[in-house]
Amino acid sequence: MIIPRLALKNLFGAGLRTWLNVVVLSFSFVAIIGLQGIYDGMNNQAVQALTDAEYGGGQYWQENYDPYEPLSLPDAHAPLPEALLGLKDAGLAAPVLIVQGTIYPSGRIQPVLIKGIDPEQSVISIPTHFLAREDIKLPALIGTRMAKNAGLKKGDTITVRWRDAQGTFDAKDVRIVEVMRTTAQSIDRGQIWVPLKKIQELARMPNEASLVVLAQDTEPLKEGLAGWNFKNLEFLLKDITELVQAKTIGGSIMYVILLLLAMLAIFNTQVLSIFRRRKEMGTLMALGFTRVKVIQLFTLEGAMHGVLAALVAAIYGTPLLVLFTKKGWAMPESVDSYGFAIGDKLIPTYGAGLIIGTTVLVLLVTTIVSFLPTRKIAKLKPTDALRGRMS
Amino acid sequence: MENSFLIKTKELVKIYPIGWKKLAALDHVNLGFEKAEFTGVVGPSGSGKTTLLNIIGSLDVPTAGSAEVLGKKVEDLSNRQAAALRNHSIGFIFQTFNLLPVYTVFENVEFPLLLLGLSADERKQKVRKALEWVDLVDRAKSKPAQLSGGQCQRVAIARAVVKKPAIILADEPTANLDAENSHNILQTMEELNRELKTTFIFATHDEKVIRYIRRKITLVDGKVAKDEVMNPTKAERKGQ
Repeated sequence: MIIPRLALKNLFGAGLRTWLNVVVLSFSFVAIIGLQGIYDGMNNQAVQALTDAEYGGGQYWQENYDPYEPLSLPDAHAPLPEALLGLKDAGLAAPVLIVQGTIYPSGRIQPVLIKGIDPEQSVISIPTHFLAREDIKLPALIGTRMAKNAGLKKGDTITVRWRDAQGTFDAKDVRIVEVMRTTAQSIDRGQIWVPLKKIQELARMPNEASLVVLAQDTEPLKEGLAGWNFKNLEFLLKDITELVQAKTIGGSIMYVILLLLAMLAIFNTQVLSIFRRRKEMGTLMALGFTRVKVIQLFTLEGAMHGVLAALVAAIYGTPLLVLFTKKGWAMPESVDSYGFAIGDKLIPTYGAGLIIGTTVLVLLVTTIVSFLPTRKIAKLKPTDALRGRMS
Repeated sequence: MENSFLIKTKELVKIYPIGWKKLAALDHVNLGFEKAEFTGVVGPSGSGKTTLLNIIGSLDVPTAGSAEVLGKKVEDLSNRQAAALRNHSIGFIFQTFNLLPVYTVFENVEFPLLLLGLSADERKQKVRKALEWVDLVDRAKSKPAQLSGGQCQRVAIARAVVKKPAIILADEPTANLDAENSHNILQTMEELNRELKTTFIFATHDEKVIRYIRRKITLVDGKVAKDEVMNPTKAERKGQ
C-alpha cells in the first residue's frame, strides 16, 4: 500500500500542475460522455419514435412487399391469414393496406401512398381514431410534413386517384380530418392514412393487407406463414442504426482529439517529472526502492490524474448532464431533413455502460500514457539519479 | 580479526569509460571497516571517495575485485537484493540533503520505516525518537522548504538513523553548511555513533569533518595512499 499512498501524496504535493491536468482531463471526461450521450439519446429517441409509430414489435410483410421498390406495390397485397386475423382481433396486430395513388393539390399532380389502417387500432401511436368519423365518406389523416408539402390543412377536401386490384383507375374526394404531428417522417411524407375497410373496398382488395404491424412485446408466430415474411426490429431499424453509427464515428473524432489533448498534458507532465525528479528517484533507490517500484510509483502518479479527473468530472459533470437530460437539446427544424426521427428536442441518454466504459477507457489510456515515459527509469543508475543525471 | 569486518573490499576496481579513455576511479582498493567505526575517506576531487561509498552502499557495482557488506558481495546482488540491503542495513546522508520536498519532516524520517513495513505506532515512536536525537521534534510538521540547511541535514541524519542501520554512509554531509551547523551535525553523528554503535563512513575533504573522525583513509587517484588512526581532542574538534 506504500506506493498508492506515496503517489497520492506526490500528486497533491505537485499542487497546481496536478490540478491543471486534472481539470483538462475532466473536460475530456465530461465531453466524451456528453457527446456520446447525445448520440445514444439520438439513437434511442429515433428507435423509440419509429417503434412506437411504425414498426411496433415487428412486421409481417406480404411476400411481394418491398418498401424500396414502388413497382412491387400493385402486387403486394393478400388476404390476412387466420393466425394474423386472430392477433388483430386480440388487439395485438394492425394490418395496413398500401395502395399507390395520386392527389391533385392546387392543380398539381402529386404521387402518394394511400395507407389503410383500422381506426380502432392501438398497436402503433398514430391518432387513427380521427378516421372513425361516420359523417364523412372518406376521412383522411396526414402528417404535418405532408400537409406543408401539399398545402393542405384540416378540413380540406382533395381528390385522390388510385388503381384497384383489377387495374381500373378510380377517384374520390377525401376530407382531411386531422393533421398529425409525428417525429417519424416515414409515416408522414407523401402518405395519406384512410380507414382500412374503405380502402379495401375501394381498391377491391377485401380483407387484404400489405403488411401487419405487431404490438410491441408481442412474440411473432412460431410457425411461418405462407406468403408472409416476418421482419424483426433489428431488420426494420437497420437503416437508422447504421445512420447513428456513421454519425457516432464522426463524433468520436471530436472526443479522440479531446482525449489526445488531455493525454498530451499528462505525457508532458510525466516526461517533465521524470526529468526534474531524478534526484528524488535516486533518493528513493538509496532508501531501498527498486527501479520497478519507482516505475510503479511514477506510473501510478500519472494514472491517478485519471482517477482525480473522474472525481472532478463527477462533481461538475453530473449536475450538468442531469440538466441536459431534463431540459434536452432544442433541435432546429432542419434536423428533420437529416432523416432522423428526433422531434424538436433531443434528450441525451447517459447509461451506466457509457459512464463506466468511458471511465475505464480514460483510466486505461492515462495509465498507458503515464507508463510510457517511465520506461526510461528502468535504465536509470541510482548513482546517476542521485547526481541528477539521466543514464 | 578479518571476520569482525562489517565491510571488506578486496582488490576493488571501478573504471568509468570517458569517451575513448577509461578512468580508474578505484584502483585495487583493499579496506576493512569494523562495527562502530567513525571513519573519513578523504582526498581531492576525483580521488574515488564517492565511488567507494556508492559501492559500499550497493548503489554501484565494482568493475573488478570484491566488496563485501555485512557478509553480502555487492557485485553478486540483484537489484532487488541490493535494494533490500540498503533498506535494512544502510543509511545515506547526502551533501544536498535529498529530502523529499512534498513530505513533512516527520514523513521524510518515517519513509524508510514505511519501506520496512512497520506498524503506524512503531513508526511514530521511532520517528519521534530520531527527531529527539537531532532536536527537531518541534519542526515535525514543517516541509523541507521551511527549514534551514542545518535543519535539513539534521532531518537527513534522522532519516538515516531512524531504522538503526548497521552502516551510515555520509557523502560530504557538511559541504553546504556553515561552521556552527557543521559542528552541531558532527557532534550529533558522533553521539549517535557512540549510542547506537553504528558504523559511520564519511566521504569528505572538509577539515571540520576530519577533526571528528577516528580513522582517516586518504585516497589519491583511486588508490589508498594513507590509512591512519586519529584521536582528536575535544578542543581540536572545535577547531581551537
